[in-house]
Amino acid sequence: MSLYRDEGIVLRTQKLGEADRIVTVLTRRTGRVRAVAKGVRRTRSKFGARLEPFTHVDLQLHVGRSLDIVTQAETLRPYGEPIAADYARYTAGTAMLETAERVTPVEKEPVLRQFLLLVGGLRTLASGEHESRLVLDAYLLRALAVAGYTPSLDSCARCGSPGRHRAFAVPAGGVVCPGCRPAGSAAPAEETLRLMEALLRGDWPHADGSEQRHRQETSGLVAAYLQWHLEHSIRSLRLVERV
Amino acid sequence: MYEGVVQDLIDELGALPGVGPKSAQRIAFYLLAAEEVDVRRLAKVLVEVKEKVRFCRVCANVAEDEECRVCQDPRRDPSVLCVVEEPKDVVAIEKTREFRGRYHVLGGAISPIDGVGPDDLRIKELMARLADREITELIIATDPNLEGEATATYLARLVKPMDIKVTRLASGLPVGGDLEYADEVTLGRAFEGRRLLDV
Ligand SMILES: [Zn+2]
Ligand SMILES: [Zn+2]
Repeated sequence: MSLYRDEGIVLRTQKLGEADRIVTVLTRRTGRVRAVAKGVRRTRSKFGARLEPFTHVDLQLHVGRSLDIVTQAETLRPYGEPIAADYARYTAGTAMLETAERVTPVEKEPVLRQFLLLVGGLRTLASGEHESRLVLDAYLLRALAVAGYTPSLDSCARCGSPGRHRAFAVPAGGVVCPGCRPAGSAAPAEETLRLMEALLRGDWPHADGSEQRHRQETSGLVAAYLQWHLEHSIRSLRLVERV
Repeated sequence: MYEGVVQDLIDELGALPGVGPKSAQRIAFYLLAAEEVDVRRLAKVLVEVKEKVRFCRVCANVAEDEECRVCQDPRRDPSVLCVVEEPKDVVAIEKTREFRGRYHVLGGAISPIDGVGPDDLRIKELMARLADREITELIIATDPNLEGEATATYLARLVKPMDIKVTRLASGLPVGGDLEYADEVTLGRAFEGRRLLDV
């Protein structure tokens, strides 16, 4: 098979030579793919904005020796436009794309759930229905859950004793009971833990009604949790803005 | 592989942006066959450009003095400022002859995934220039791609409280490209049809 077709979200583009780009795309069936888009930086390129980050695109690719080559691209949803038109959305969205790349470490390994999660996250972000940082934190929590790192919020992450314990230990994987609590655990507000639960479940009425200070505390915990479990820092998180 | 200095030349040329190994070899053999006086002139210019050219202290465009030619030119309209990503964009816009104001070179676009945030660009310097009441219109001519659009959004929001008209080049420019590749006619039209940027 030398030609194949798939749909995906463009995660990243890098300049290559005079006028080409390498695009990284998270696809529905093939997983994460890196491919060359020829001539894409020329303003008369047939690809235009179709291969810009955030675009949900229908692709035809040619299997190459090291990198595949994009031969056709059609836009399904141009999420980039509404996202770039709002700076807080743009920074939140960029952190989502960077995370999507990190939670799919192996190229061409199918990751349908991560793909669907990202599409849903970008659609919500582009719609502007919820605060962009909340959308980002919901996405990060769920991307981690799909990757096998669901934070434990209603029982001790160490011994399993049920209860909404108040201490949160990032390395342990969630809340911990007084007996298991390691030194240096965070002690977030009760509302913060409930907000994390709501974001994991997709309970938007609860999340939208939350207070700013609990949102901030949630963002801090989620960022620490994410970077600990991915064993990698997410560069764009540093630049994420709230509204 | 070639002998010593010929291979060195091919390697040096091949390290230039946009020059692949085949082109490097072609240029190297062209230089070998060229008149000595021509090659000396090229070598001299290469050395001179490093010695003489620096960046304008006002706008960060390339300059041979403290300030670039545009900033020194008294005929340029001081009330209109055009923001671009790189000095090469200044060249592209100058070719259109549509623009008579001055420039501000940011040094790139906001790209969080590459670790480039607002503080890594010459945005503080831009705000300092805008604070001096002479400027009434800011034209944002960042690249018509995602990072360029997001940078425009950021700048428009930042400038909003000031009493300055903020415009963006018309969308006649196909998005996804680099500004430097736009032809003069298209770029000129994009200037004429610039739109108000409202955030
Ligand atoms: Zn325990
Ligand atoms: Zn200057």
